[in-house]
Amino acid sequence: MPDATFLDTTELVLNMGPQHPSTHGVLRVILKLDGEKVMGTECVIGYLHRGVEKIGENRTYQQFAPYVDRMDYVAAVSNGLGYCLAVEKLLNIEAPARAQVTRIILTELNRIASHLLWLGTHALDIGAITPVFYCFREREEVLKIFENYCGARLTTHAFRIGGLQYELYDGFEEQVKAFCDMFLPKVDEYEELLTNNRIWVARLKGVGILSGDECKEFGVTGPVLRAAGVKWDLRRAQPYSGYEQYDFEIPTGENGDTYDRYMVRMQEMRQSVRIIRQAVDKIPTGPIGKTPKVIKPATGEVYVSIEAPKGELGYFVVSDNSTQPYRVRVRPPSFVNLQALDRMVRGGLVADVVAIIGTLDIVLGEVDR
Amino acid sequence: MGKFFRTIFLVDLFQGLWVTFRNQNPKYIYTEQYPAERPEVAERYRGAPRLNINPDNGETLCIACNLCALACPETLIVVGSERNEQTRRKELTTFTYDLSRCMFCGLCEDACPVDALELTQDFELASYTRDGAIWDRQMLEEGPKPTQYKC
Repeated sequence: MPDATFLDTTELVLNMGPQHPSTHGVLRVILKLDGEKVMGTECVIGYLHRGVEKIGENRTYQQFAPYVDRMDYVAAVSNGLGYCLAVEKLLNIEAPARAQVTRIILTELNRIASHLLWLGTHALDIGAITPVFYCFREREEVLKIFENYCGARLTTHAFRIGGLQYELYDGFEEQVKAFCDMFLPKVDEYEELLTNNRIWVARLKGVGILSGDECKEFGVTGPVLRAAGVKWDLRRAQPYSGYEQYDFEIPTGENGDTYDRYMVRMQEMRQSVRIIRQAVDKIPTGPIGKTPKVIKPATGEVYVSIEAPKGELGYFVVSDNSTQPYRVRVRPPSFVNLQALDRMVRGGLVADVVAIIGTLDIVLGEVDR
Repeated sequence: MGKFFRTIFLVDLFQGLWVTFRNQNPKYIYTEQYPAERPEVAERYRGAPRLNINPDNGETLCIACNLCALACPETLIVVGSERNEQTRRKELTTFTYDLSRCMFCGLCEDACPVDALELTQDFELASYTRDGAIWDRQMLEEGPKPTQYKC
């Protein structure tokens, strides 16, 4: 038997997380390493499990609405919209036109806020410190709009079943328009910082490639799927809340690598601004909808999915003709997208694991629920 | 040639540095100097709860209907009431609000038919003990008294 040389390595098992700052929460990844090379991974989740779905079985339909905000706390408005749409479909009611347009404005603002947080933290993981400050500066403007509208910044509870609780405040349109005008040059600024930067390109190009077919196999949705060249966006594929009335493009990538996912999300922010501008100009007058005092849907089940910033967010609600849901099941985009992590990091380097977790844009509150 | 030029002269890096340089202007300082400077929260801000009293006679507006306690997802509101034998009306005796479990969703405020319970703009809710987060009727009517810092 030949002696082992210094080049030979044995497999090393390394825990990354749950307190590692670039796992974006409490994700634990067990890495099997051969030197710097990743031979395999295993995700351990559940550190942030709060049993939200079980809580839903013990609350009335109205009472459960604030809890869904706490799953994907970065995009609380989108979560609220998905839940409200699911229960509305169960009740066979529809929100009035004014409420629908307002919902679209707020969810698209939330998409921008979510992508900004992603961009800032992702750049921070890669080693670019500056963008996070600029991103949070602009995100603050979005959060101010939320605060003015519904009184909370992060876990908003902005929508109610059947419409809205709060009427638009004076100056809402102006504030949103001012934000749009201010924001587009800022996106160019972020791109100026990052897009051509040689370190950024070297760290992202060709890293964590996931082809379109693999995405479909894993059920991956959202920007990760679109970066692989699949033009699938639920706002277009099965429009909800009146998205068919707006003119916007679905940005796609070609290679399905981390750089493409970055470009897709940057384009999505621009498209969101485009939707917001169209929506603000045509907020109809009229009622904003009223929550039914008692919500007691007929026996049945319903699945409604929306395009959340991170992918397809689905709510499966089963009713047994009582005031409380029999079962609420959430299909969170982060949880499904996280499955693809192993495929993406296998054969790569340890440093790329950080980039790939960042590019998946997971929120552990949603993964564990 | 162009690419060679850009690589040698670090054009991409200087482009980024120029963005950073542009943002050095002190007029772009956004940091709030809390607590020296108190932030202005929105009018609809959902912060500390308050039990409103009638400013004319100091009596509570609450009619002890218990709707807020029923609306609360965390069932953290306990309303105590007593039947007044003379007026034959329910009158509020105690009101307990457990802030340690509150998630400021605003459902209690929405449920209140007489605008007695309200989530206010006060946001400094820290206390040294757990019991300090459980507010009784007196505390709810008076509101928190946050420390004012001088700078």
